[in-house]
Amino acid sequence: MQVPAPFEYERATGVDDAIALLDRLGSAARLVAGGHSLLPMMKLRLANLEYLIDINDLHGELGYIEVEPGQLRVGSMTRHRELLESDPLAEAFPIFRDAERVIADPVVRNRGTIGGSLCQADPSEDLSAVCTTLDASCLIRGSSGSREVTMAEFYRGPYETAVGDDEILIEIRIPVRPNGSSAYEKVERRAGDWAVVSCGAAVWMDGDVISDARVGLAAVGPNTTGIPAISEALRGKVPSEDLYAEAGAIAAENCTPSTDMRGSAEYKRHLANELTRRALRRSTARIHGQGV
Amino acid sequence: MTVVEPRPLDSFIDNDEKPIGYGRMLRKEDPRFIRGKGRYCDDVQLPGMLHLAILRSPVAHARIVSIDTSAAEAHPKVKAVVTGAALAEKGLAWMPTLSNDVQAVLATDKVRFQGQEVAFVVAEDRYVARDALELIDVEYEILDPVIDARKALEPTAPVIRDDIEGKTDNHCFDWETGDEAATNAVFDAAEVTVSQDIVYPRVHPAPMETCGCVADYERVEGKLTLWSTSQAPHAHRTLYALVAGLPEHKIRVISPDIGGGFGNKVPIYPGYVCAVVGSIVTGKPVKWMEDRSENLISTGFARDYIMRGEIAATRDGKIQAIRTHVLADHGAFNGTAAPVKFPAGFFGVFTGSYDLEAAYCKMTAVYTNKAPGGVAYACSFRITEAVYLVERIVDCLAYELDMDPVELRIKNFIQPEQFPYTTKTGWVYDSGNYEPAMRLAMEMAGYEALRREQAEKRARGELMGIGVSFFTEAVGAGPRKNMDILGLGMADGCELRVHPTGKAVVRLSVQSQGQGHETTFAQIVAEEIGIPPADIEVVHGDTDNTPFGLGTYGSRSTPVSGAAAALVARKVRDKAKIIASGMLEVSVADLEWQKGAFVVRGDPSKSVTIQAIAMRSYGAGDLPEGIEGGLEAQICYNPENLTYPFGAYICVVDIDPGTAEVKVRRFVAVDDCGTRINPMIIEGQVHGGLTDGVGMALMEMIAFDEDGNCLGGSLMDYLIPTALEVPDWETGYTVTPSPHHPIGAKGIGESATVGSPPAIVNAVVDALKPYRIRHADMPLTPSRVWDAMQGNPKPPV
Repeated sequence: MQVPAPFEYERATGVDDAIALLDRLGSAARLVAGGHSLLPMMKLRLANLEYLIDINDLHGELGYIEVEPGQLRVGSMTRHRELLESDPLAEAFPIFRDAERVIADPVVRNRGTIGGSLCQADPSEDLSAVCTTLDASCLIRGSSGSREVTMAEFYRGPYETAVGDDEILIEIRIPVRPNGSSAYEKVERRAGDWAVVSCGAAVWMDGDVISDARVGLAAVGPNTTGIPAISEALRGKVPSEDLYAEAGAIAAENCTPSTDMRGSAEYKRHLANELTRRALRRSTARIHGQGV
Repeated sequence: MTVVEPRPLDSFIDNDEKPIGYGRMLRKEDPRFIRGKGRYCDDVQLPGMLHLAILRSPVAHARIVSIDTSAAEAHPKVKAVVTGAALAEKGLAWMPTLSNDVQAVLATDKVRFQGQEVAFVVAEDRYVARDALELIDVEYEILDPVIDARKALEPTAPVIRDDIEGKTDNHCFDWETGDEAATNAVFDAAEVTVSQDIVYPRVHPAPMETCGCVADYERVEGKLTLWSTSQAPHAHRTLYALVAGLPEHKIRVISPDIGGGFGNKVPIYPGYVCAVVGSIVTGKPVKWMEDRSENLISTGFARDYIMRGEIAATRDGKIQAIRTHVLADHGAFNGTAAPVKFPAGFFGVFTGSYDLEAAYCKMTAVYTNKAPGGVAYACSFRITEAVYLVERIVDCLAYELDMDPVELRIKNFIQPEQFPYTTKTGWVYDSGNYEPAMRLAMEMAGYEALRREQAEKRARGELMGIGVSFFTEAVGAGPRKNMDILGLGMADGCELRVHPTGKAVVRLSVQSQGQGHETTFAQIVAEEIGIPPADIEVVHGDTDNTPFGLGTYGSRSTPVSGAAAALVARKVRDKAKIIASGMLEVSVADLEWQKGAFVVRGDPSKSVTIQAIAMRSYGAGDLPEGIEGGLEAQICYNPENLTYPFGAYICVVDIDPGTAEVKVRRFVAVDDCGTRINPMIIEGQVHGGLTDGVGMALMEMIAFDEDGNCLGGSLMDYLIPTALEVPDWETGYTVTPSPHHPIGAKGIGESATVGSPPAIVNAVVDALKPYRIRHADMPLTPSRVWDAMQGNPKPPV
């Protein structure tokens, strides 16, 4: 059994209480939600902190999926399992269910949260790629008030986010547009492993042509990456295999993978291409009512 | 979503046929495991028990300049801090390995691998012990490490084992087998020869329960009780006596329930010795349990053979000879657990299941700055490597001859009438009937239809592969004439006592790590004396309560102790027969054994049950002349030969041409382990081994970076397969009994681990045939398969 170094434990009773505790305890404190990233890091003594603030009691306050006209709001304490099982979410953004089916395992999904996933800022993290793909924004709150940042602003590097020491991620907001669909593709060495590469895509159609399209990649750079060049290349075009291939080539060019135990940089670049094509193909098929 | 339907309890009960003897029955030990009532080492709690944690080297190779333990010692909850220097004063800093090398208990001069033991702390609880490690200050002078075994013998390579007097290089040992000249002659004249470099990378058994122990040295009695995760409690006790100088009768080793071993729990690790020292120093019981990372980075690894396989054949596919050169990476200390005369284990069976004219192997083993070990992970003493080599190289030959791999194998099988068959490396295969097993596997798989499907898919650009392996193992070490571990012969004792009411207890020297011994051995005894398995208690894992024997590894429990259990039961039955003759007032010659009772020949109304005989043996009244009271016996069984189980495996894979992901679609395993005692347990062993095979073939590897940092130190980095990576196993069997084993049984525990990796790799390589690929090394991760598809397959090290 791996055991962490000594720490003090606090249990927040609500968002305001959590923020007050962060205010008081400063940078020596960390929030714990599902704990599936933080606790292993503590046991391996990679994360050493003085105070652990448990926010699991905030699930009542921050565990929700709300579909509204024009936008969908997900509370930061919403668990993976809730995201997986939500039909309204799957209807609006099938990419979520695609991704949740390949995130970790049921034990982790019962406990882990979307907020924890995003705040961990692991370059291989799946929900970060999903949120990047969907052009989500993040509502962050601290003692001095709330602010909303884009996904591009949210990530500051591997394991670094815009959330300050005395702040908490409250909500993820996703714009909802008509005539669109989305999909997620992941290659992993084993079920439940981090992605070798994964790719999200979202496509919106206007008649026969693509009105907008977005691609988000994980595990091919310091953070999950949206690739604006793909959006530019696809807008106004009729979907075709050639077009997907063009997008795949752009994805491969515009990422910065590195060689590690999960695969070589060359292979990951190849996957960025291949998975981009697949995710776009599947998104488009879904718009045309061709399930899967 | 997957919904698991609750299964009616009845379905389990119906499944239990309750045989008196061999047959399918539920495992007697399972209720306690299923209900969380297993008792493992870490469950042992003793009054006043302290906890031990080990400080390990963060680097692969360094000289220890100084160690400052003062801050740790000053911690109020720390009871002892011990370094290598302190152990050296007691002559305990070094200990022998199972291969007649030495290994540091705690490093004194240098550290030689990342994770090596440097010091230990004994404290009031596990948390304090771990925290106190961070208060120890060690100054290291970093040395260049030797990581690539291919470079270990270069003249400029740093010398790792400068503790050995006069050592000027990293050479560990050379070994050869077979006839070099005869083999070379066959190769020189052969119509076809194929040579292939093949790497079996370093892997780790990664048992669910890590290694650990509780040492309790009682000062007044001078007695040491050691609860430990040991696959071989008797061997361990004797070695503690020889190493530590403690009198053997004052040492009791208890192996409680063990959560998986796979060879990982055969060696004596420094941690056990540290715990014993900790208990002696503090006068308290001391617990040491590794954490997961410690287990992965420091305990017995497996494989790490860099091989060149060569095969010579005629153009029409008659295999004539196999030649191989092996570079074996043994890590920093030669900690291989193998019979002394077999430094490469039983690698000599690399001739496989084929009738050859000649064979030769030359092996060089080297030291590197990696953890010691080498025989583990259900490898049957290196047969895993041997079978992988031969089954891969035979497929390479099939590729070059453009011949069906099954046809090539069948053409070269040792024929049934050739058994007992002496191989060109001197192994005497006891029995075999290979072709029916191969044919059964083909029938189960629908081999011809699969080939047709493959042809259609290839035409469409889809990648489907069919892989075959046929293996013969040599298990059940072993005959004491040539097999011993550090001088201890590999014979096994067994004791059987039938109580007055006809219930029995059988005491074994072997130690289950999950194999179901409490059921299998009860069934073996039941078959012989007719007492139901439920009435037979199986006692094992406690040196004070069981006879001497060498333990469970190398699939030896049934071949050796299984024979002992059958023979001791027959001894009891022979005595029971004499008592029965007195009870029935007939001569012994007039009695007939019908399982559970002796019956007077020709008069079935006259009989006595074994239970009645048992009561009589302890009861009032005279016994036949010369017969002592009681009904018990003991035996020590020395196997005449090893047993040679075999099997035919067929694997079907699909590869995604876009992502290079491999999916094992089907796996057919036909095993022949001779007499089958409990088919359910056999199938369980096979299922587990096949899953291991998928792990090794597709994802597992203990890798190192160039500085010698272990890259497989957690289960996030060292992947082991889950149910989602494996298909529904399709198992079948043939039965070819061992002629020399009392019940005709052979080992089965490791067959599937040995036989499955080549089948999977052969399937992947077969799928990649359109890319003109003849070989690709494990682990076949998507990235490495993609490399192969680019025409650039790479060795893993």
